[in-house]
Amino acid sequence: MTIVKIPPVLRQAVGGERTVQAAGTTVGEVLGNLCDQHPAVGAQILTPEGDLHKYVNVYVNDEDARLLQWTDTPVGTGDTVLILPAMAGGSR
Amino acid sequence: MSPTYQDLIARAREVIPEVEPSDVAPRVEAGDGPLIVDVRETGEWDQGHLPGAVHIPRGFLESRIGGVAGDTGREMLVSCAGGQRSLLAAVTLRDMGYTNVSSLAGGFARWKQNDHPVEVPRILTPAQRSRYSRHVLIPEVGEEGQLKLLDSKALLIGAGGLGSPAAYYLAAAGVGTIGLVDDDVVDESNLQRQIIHTTDRVGMNKGESGREAIRALNPEVQVNVHPFRVTRDNVLDLLSGYDVVVDGADNFPTRYLLADAALMTKTPLVHASILRFEGHASVFVPYDGPCYRCLFPEPPPPDLAPSCGEAGVLGVLCGVMGNIQATEAIKVLLGIGDTLSGRLLIYDALGMTFTELKVRRDPDCPSCGPAADLRLRDYEAWCAGVGTHASEVAGATA
Repeated sequence: MTIVKIPPVLRQAVGGERTVQAAGTTVGEVLGNLCDQHPAVGAQILTPEGDLHKYVNVYVNDEDARLLQWTDTPVGTGDTVLILPAMAGGSR
Repeated sequence: MSPTYQDLIARAREVIPEVEPSDVAPRVEAGDGPLIVDVRETGEWDQGHLPGAVHIPRGFLESRIGGVAGDTGREMLVSCAGGQRSLLAAVTLRDMGYTNVSSLAGGFARWKQNDHPVEVPRILTPAQRSRYSRHVLIPEVGEEGQLKLLDSKALLIGAGGLGSPAAYYLAAAGVGTIGLVDDDVVDESNLQRQIIHTTDRVGMNKGESGREAIRALNPEVQVNVHPFRVTRDNVLDLLSGYDVVVDGADNFPTRYLLADAALMTKTPLVHASILRFEGHASVFVPYDGPCYRCLFPEPPPPDLAPSCGEAGVLGVLCGVMGNIQATEAIKVLLGIGDTLSGRLLIYDALGMTFTELKVRRDPDCPSCGPAADLRLRDYEAWCAGVGTHASEVAGATA
């Protein structure tokens, strides 16, 4: 199982948890399993075709998955997958 | 019998080589001389010193030399007024393990008599020296760094949650000019986190309110109030007058506009964003590290990116993140330390964890990549339409 860190904007979709355990051997499988467990997450981060939206950054441990093998990046127990959309808040 | 002063000097001469000013002056003038450590007292140093010399009063020699010398084999020339205190200081350095230390024969007096060039330092006033004494004590800042801060100009986008603490600390630090860009007025609901404002200034423009607070804290700081929104039409003029920009904006169009304008004006951009218990911070140094768009090629849709007004924010989170921005801005201005360039720091206040992610330059970045068509665009339209008509609006690559 891989730990998936959930950003604040998606926590409601996973019942308020900050991390979720998900199964799979690649980033794509882990995120797919996360969306199976919590379909509301899928509605936010996946396109109708099932691809990740471009505004969703995914990090494996501290490295950008885009610079690894994107959704094919292998992951396993002990790895952390972090979903990172940009945040706008600052001023008001 | 205890050794006299003359005995100590004589013993020092046995182990410390003395260098005549005329022998070292050509190297000093060419800029490839040894590290010159001037051990006189501050009042003497202020009258003038060898070009490029570092000032460490003899009483602080042991504690401060490590911060400036680096490795123990570095060639050092110790100077004082007449060439005797420098001999004793050189013995101390030798005892500390520095192996390549010499003393300036005849000291600064002989250097000056021989008409070699002299630098008269720009110095802090006694009042400034008192106010900024805790900075002056830090080797990485010192008097020189404090003078640099006093000459620096920082532009803060937003005098709100992030801008309030950042502006306060930058003003306290003596950043000489602070620009506050905000078209909003102080509201009672701001006061839970926007600590530069006060209850009796509700209704006042936030920049004006910030100026009042800064004036009370540090009257020496020049505050420029820009009581309008940052737009395509004014952003380049705004940024070009400042050395660093601190992004505390509350919306994506402004953040992407600033990111591109920072690249165009080559202004370092200190970023932070906040929501509920979580903050992000990074530094974007134009063409040296990644830019905002290397990190976030596109903004999320509004339902995935609520504002603090919609989703809430822990007041004190603003203090942490705004002060991280102030810290990074000071480091950028002084050119010290390792900034967050190339890293995204994520602070989770609820778990009290700091996570660091690597951020790299995107070779296909539509803003800073080699094939980028960098120009200011309609960011409102682009942010509203990402995923649908991004390419034609903002030149985004697929």
